Amino acid sequence: MGALRHLLDFAGWDRARVESLLETARMMEEVLERPMKKVPALKGFTVATVFFEPSTRTKISFELAARRMSADVVGFSGAGSSLAKGESFKDTLLTLQAMALDAYVIRAPVAGMAHQAARWLTGAVVNAGDGRRAHPTQALLDAYTLLEELESLEGKKIAIVGDVAHSRVTRSNAELLPLLGAEVWAAGPAGLLPERLAGARLSTDLDEALADADAVMVLRLQRERMDEGALPSLREYVAEYQVTEARLARAKPHAPLLHPGPMNRDVELEGALADGPRSRVERQVRAGEAVRMAVLYHLLVGRAA
Amino acid sequence: MKLLIKNARLVDGSGEFGNADVLVEDGHIASLAGGDAERVLDAGGRWLVPALTDPHVHLRTPGQETKEDLATGLAAAARGGYGTVVAMPNTEPAVQEPEQVRALLDEARTLPGARLMVAAALTKNQEGKKLTPAALLARAGAALLTDDGRTNEDAGVLARGLVYAAAAGLAVAVHAEDAGLRGGGVMNDGPLAAELGLAGNPPEAEAARIARDLEVLRYAARKAAALGHAPRLYLQHVSTARGAALVAAARAEGLPVTGEVTPHHLTLTEETWRGFDARFKVAPPLRTEGDVEALIGALERGELSAVGTDHAPHTAAEKERDLENAPFGIPALELAFPLLYTELVERRGLPLPLLIERMTTGPRAALGLAPARLEEGAPADLMLFDPAEKRTVDPERFVSKARYSPWAGRELAGWPLLTLVAGREVWRDAALA
Repeated sequence: MGALRHLLDFAGWDRARVESLLETARMMEEVLERPMKKVPALKGFTVATVFFEPSTRTKISFELAARRMSADVVGFSGAGSSLAKGESFKDTLLTLQAMALDAYVIRAPVAGMAHQAARWLTGAVVNAGDGRRAHPTQALLDAYTLLEELESLEGKKIAIVGDVAHSRVTRSNAELLPLLGAEVWAAGPAGLLPERLAGARLSTDLDEALADADAVMVLRLQRERMDEGALPSLREYVAEYQVTEARLARAKPHAPLLHPGPMNRDVELEGALADGPRSRVERQVRAGEAVRMAVLYHLLVGRAA
Repeated sequence: MKLLIKNARLVDGSGEFGNADVLVEDGHIASLAGGDAERVLDAGGRWLVPALTDPHVHLRTPGQETKEDLATGLAAAARGGYGTVVAMPNTEPAVQEPEQVRALLDEARTLPGARLMVAAALTKNQEGKKLTPAALLARAGAALLTDDGRTNEDAGVLARGLVYAAAAGLAVAVHAEDAGLRGGGVMNDGPLAAELGLAGNPPEAEAARIARDLEVLRYAARKAAALGHAPRLYLQHVSTARGAALVAAARAEGLPVTGEVTPHHLTLTEETWRGFDARFKVAPPLRTEGDVEALIGALERGELSAVGTDHAPHTAAEKERDLENAPFGIPALELAFPLLYTELVERRGLPLPLLIERMTTGPRAALGLAPARLEEGAPADLMLFDPAEKRTVDPERFVSKARYSPWAGRELAGWPLLTLVAGREVWRDAALA
């Protein structure tokens, strides 16, 4: 495969590319274990975080990743409402481009915005989440975390639970994890399942999805879904789909528990589980930094080479 | 002044008539057998057809002239081979008073371009609640009543509007989509929308609304018949196989309904959305290959008897917004004919007279206008096109203000070289000697 020019989603990716990127991430994590957590790999490059949707965690993770490799970082945050009024999306990107930036980490509220940005910009675009479409670095950090736990994903059953229809995390994981041999299940209430999700089996039966699962990923449930009429009530969701200690008994004995954050404790996940021995939520955060370092490194050094 | 168009191959919706020399005098076809004229134009064996009629365009005037105005819109129409276009009333303010209709018609008469016909709102501010003064609007010259741009949610208001418009001799056009089923959909609902993570607008939203509107029409027809009137319903931009089947069944039954189909629904599918490009964002949305096949079949059989472009210009910047905030609409006046000539006649073997019929007499019948025929005494609304020369679609060269196109870069044949409206030259291509 050719050099990676953008990271928008996993269309056109193969297993070798995933493994190479995760291998780089492992090297990057070694940097994070040093007392001096900084290498000069991206000295002279400038990375912009361009967030049209609020997200403190992802933004910090990317900014830290860039700084650990000595890149300069600038940040732009714009409210989603400005997109409806002016033509600020493209104009903002072109203004930033005029400042001689090398990479753009873009978070956007609508599917396709990262693709649109990649059409207009000459620098590398990293999709940090576009609407319901994709969140590829989240899927990469999930794969990284899962591989650490399970060694291989070949034939492993990964159950994703919750608001699947609106989940970019699920779409990206359904693209990525099967490349590593995993079998992805996505479970949730009928109103929150898409009619099709390539790379995943869909089910409204949580117990079926959890049965003998090697790992379980729980998604955040947004309260707006009740207002939209996609779900009758929070009470019903909790009764039918909350991942609890009892339900988790159907999964493999030590199946790790992942959550992309931020978490609604006692809504999608029984509160105690979040801090329990199965939880890998903090591990995911650390993996996220290493993976994002690897992505920026592959994009910027790969392009320059 | 007399104009002689020599050596043209004549075609209209009723058939092909071989080569002829057409004499144009006083805005009419004076003779198909030549004659003396001050000006002579050698058509070089190219096709001469009646100028096209577009029953569905958005010229954005008044209020949104950054998108299009009468001058650019009518010039674009002339360039596309259209002699007559019907402008939709979803402007700012909406066209709903007789004075507005007159003012638009007066302004258009001063402009070199296609002939303007004006559609007025069916309800006040197109809100679907209070009817507009149909009789006064008809007297002012309105061609049609419609709340296009909006959906008529109240069936009772639509029924009364149909009866009232019938008394005034006007057809009612509807954008048939169920607002609730459509929801916030930006593209066709289905597996692809789910894959791309975009909100879907299901084909059933169109079918459900067409089914309802046909029942509304049945009721209105019964009411109006008692008064000696016949309401006419015009279903704009039918985009689904199911919608087309409902229209076909209703026509077979004798209901006074006409179904329209657009160039984009005849030639593009939802697959174009894989590129995440708002140039393909339109309502109703681009559907599937199966729908395209069904629409072409329905056009061929006359179940959908009118082609309307739904020319819906926006600024390029608006179409570069994200896929939720970008406005719906595709501009097509300048290439609808070459596109359909290339895709349907050249590539799929649709008879040329049939395409001409659906782009002239089909929409004209819905508007209550006479058929477009090449015969002595008929108005000299004519279009000359070249079936052989291929050109690449270059939106930068559009005269419309909307200089982008889903078909940019496509190579098409059948470009209009000359358009006459009542004998007046409104478009002449540089390639025509």
